[in-house]
Amino acid sequence: MINEIISMNGYGAYVLSAFAFTLISFASLYFVTKLQFLKEQKRFTVKFGSLSLEKAKIAKSHNINKEILSITSKI
Amino acid sequence: MFKYFEPNKIFAITSRMQKYVLFLFIIILTIGLTEALIISPEDYKQSDAVRIMYVHVPAAWISLGIFSTLALLSVGSFIFKNKNFALISKSLAPSGFVFNIVALVTGSIWGKPTWGTWWAWDARITSMLILALFYGMYLLAWRIYQDKENVIKITSMIAIFGAINVPIIKFSVDWWNTLHQPASINILSNSSIHVSMLIPLSIMTAAFALFSLLIFLMKYNTELIKVKNKGLDRL
Repeated sequence: MINEIISMNGYGAYVLSAFAFTLISFASLYFVTKLQFLKEQKRFTVKFGSLSLEKAKIAKSHNINKEILSITSKI
Repeated sequence: MFKYFEPNKIFAITSRMQKYVLFLFIIILTIGLTEALIISPEDYKQSDAVRIMYVHVPAAWISLGIFSTLALLSVGSFIFKNKNFALISKSLAPSGFVFNIVALVTGSIWGKPTWGTWWAWDARITSMLILALFYGMYLLAWRIYQDKENVIKITSMIAIFGAINVPIIKFSVDWWNTLHQPASINILSNSSIHVSMLIPLSIMTAAFALFSLLIFLMKYNTELIKVKNKGLDRL
């Protein structure tokens, strides 16, 4: 049964390599995008941490900065 | 209307949506793979090689859909001068490019057992290759040009100019004699594909669409944080 599924009437190598290429491409894109996201998030946290109290207050008044910080704190 | 396009509102939604989209994608992909590789029947002519269709066709559809969206957003960016359109386009492009490459590679793998060749300069394949070049130019332009105003104009021009190729890809099988068969699925009239093959094809298309949404959400958030990083520098 398993051999039949894998051999696919002699087309198994073609079919499975097409599916494998697709899934590997998806996984690579996902991890590269995730890495880029984490890198930018880390940069933001470091930059925010180095701000003076006054500047941090101004930065915190922007809603999106608060959103980014709230997500960072969850991680 | 554009208040819904405010970055902080979009960021809040996109951050929360990611885990649900990933979860749904894994479930639908698992069902799709089971249908495509095990349950769906073999073709009377192509035998099991037809199963490659379940990754090749959805990838081609989504890469075309994403490029059309890039072109529409680029027109919107020119008309409404809304920079967020450019940010959305930039976040959509990587998954569109990967889907384009997947369509080309899986098409090539499918070509060997059915046509006896890995590659042919057939109208559909060549026009898909041209689309990949437009995607490449679009992504490269974002990397090369630093000036924000210029890069938005250049990438928008690439997307609008490249969109001319989209109807060519769609109708290439009708306009020229190609190795590709004419469309089997038609929204306006009866489709020639059997329901037992249409079901896995639809499920895989849904899974691929969810994956492109997931990558878009992650990429869009990354771009927003990049913008905010520059904002912190200016404080």
